[in-house]
Amino acid sequence: MAELSMGRIRGLGRFDTESKKADKTLRKRMMKQKVAFFFFKTAVLINGISLFIVLYFLIVNGWQAINWTFLTSMPTDSMTKGGILPCITGTVLLGIGSMIIALPLGILSAIYLNEYAKPGTIVNIIRLGINNLAGVPSVIFGLFGLAFFVVVMHMGVSLIAGCFTLAAMSLPLVIASTEEALRSVPDTYREASLALGATKWQTTYKVVIPAALPSILTGAILALSRVAGETAPIMFTAAVFYTPSLPKSVFDEIMALPYHVYVLATAGTEIEKTRHLQYGTALVLIVLVLGLNLFAICFRARIQKRNMR
Amino acid sequence: MFSGSRKSREDILITSSRSKRKEKVIHGVLFIVAFSSIIILFAISIFLFKEGVPIFKEVSIKDFVFGHYWYPTSDPPDFGIFPLIMASVDVTALATIIAVPLGLLTAIYLAECASPSVRQVVKPLVELIAAFPSVVIGFFGMVVVAPFLQNTFNIPTGLNLFNAALMLSFMSVPTICSLSEDAIYAVPKELKEASLALGATHWETIIRVTLPASISGISTAVILGMSRAIGETMVVLMVAGGAALIPSSIFDPVRPMPASIAAEMAEAPYGSNHYHALFAIGIVLFLMTFVFNFIADRISKRYRQVGAATL
Repeated sequence: MAELSMGRIRGLGRFDTESKKADKTLRKRMMKQKVAFFFFKTAVLINGISLFIVLYFLIVNGWQAINWTFLTSMPTDSMTKGGILPCITGTVLLGIGSMIIALPLGILSAIYLNEYAKPGTIVNIIRLGINNLAGVPSVIFGLFGLAFFVVVMHMGVSLIAGCFTLAAMSLPLVIASTEEALRSVPDTYREASLALGATKWQTTYKVVIPAALPSILTGAILALSRVAGETAPIMFTAAVFYTPSLPKSVFDEIMALPYHVYVLATAGTEIEKTRHLQYGTALVLIVLVLGLNLFAICFRARIQKRNMR
Repeated sequence: MFSGSRKSREDILITSSRSKRKEKVIHGVLFIVAFSSIIILFAISIFLFKEGVPIFKEVSIKDFVFGHYWYPTSDPPDFGIFPLIMASVDVTALATIIAVPLGLLTAIYLAECASPSVRQVVKPLVELIAAFPSVVIGFFGMVVVAPFLQNTFNIPTGLNLFNAALMLSFMSVPTICSLSEDAIYAVPKELKEASLALGATHWETIIRVTLPASISGISTAVILGMSRAIGETMVVLMVAGGAALIPSSIFDPVRPMPASIAAEMAEAPYGSNHYHALFAIGIVLFLMTFVFNFIADRISKRYRQVGAATL
């Protein structure tokens, strides 16, 4: 680049032919840029189109399967007819249960890391642990849940074992989003509160957390949506092919939307015959998960707008 | 009056010592809770090893990792996971080859070229792709992409390595895109302005200044995307085809490690060799993602771009 620009500077006002030459190379360079930018736009377009295609197929094929009975009745005739009520209930219970466990742990961890801890070895170790936990594949959480919660803790394949497994998986997400929320609270808030004689905890509890609460909630919703869509962690810990009734206690086995999609699509006796049920279940899951995400995205945009003012 | 003020002063002293004690308790509780992630990580590794290591009484580590035959239920069983490892590596590599150009080009476009209004629309869309449950992507690959591939390329099955790689790349594009976009966006303005002032075009600035300056962030993004792809379970379980063979073409059905674990755990009796072997696969997978994350962490720490001065 340096050579090029030197050439141009020397070319300036020297000879007309040289400046024409520079003109030509400039045109060539602009062409290059146009080609490159064209590729950028193509990449964006490919992503957009693939998103559109996936949504299109799911919506067009799933739409007919969904009606009130489908959403509110039990599966019948060895799951070739009927609805998905137990799956919806199971997924909702898993989501709520795992958040009840993960949110307090995650939020308090984040408060410690962001408000209390002094930078140093211990904090680095904790952060290393969180980063690595975030990178553990979901099927490994399933194995862990099986070996620990199901077998060692004698929970059996149950709702509660699934909740604990999913909570372990979503903990890093909750911590990361809460930390970001806490970081966005200006230090002046904390200083004002401390200057009034409030203790550290009073400051955190009455000033920092309320200010960060909307962002913390956004993070919680995103974690919830992630948990609702996970299959691998609950395959060995909570979900089964079929339960004759809705769960009555936390130690019951459950059905769940993502596992139901998997089971119907791969293990059913009449895979082709239940195709519309598969599409229907997948669409319900997508609507649930993307709905939560859209809600979180819009909510976050509103917070940002408010903070800009 | 005098005694009254003294009393209230004592009150203050008492409450302040009480609140000090309370502060200490709270600090302690928070400190303990903050360790929960580490405890979980430790528990995961302990239980993986506890349940996985017994298989090495039956087969040596070398035969387990490099054995070419995975027949855990036949008699005598074979516990060689080399085909599974190769399947995971191949699927991840192919997915990365597809996902990196798409993710990176989108990231450059978003960070450098897009107008704010376009950015505002495209960024959430990319996040939305990241939010897709993997089982739905797997389902889509099974019922839409597989028949399409089978008809177009005239191959015996559409459930194969290529299909799995396509679906995985769809899942890792958002990771690669949003992380590298952050890195590109964070390049100091002075660098770009200096380049433009020297007469470079916008494209020349991007390729020779912005990208080199953000290369550490981009590599971190790519490695984390790969780490996500190699650990992804449902997609490879549903669309990779499930044959435990070392692939010779991209249209061969394969059985990556997570797929093996997920498919066979239900039928492996508790405490059997098969059960332990599946946990041992879990160890291998865990170590591989651990290495990926470690490298990503190293790169992002060592080559962190803090300002124009560090270049």
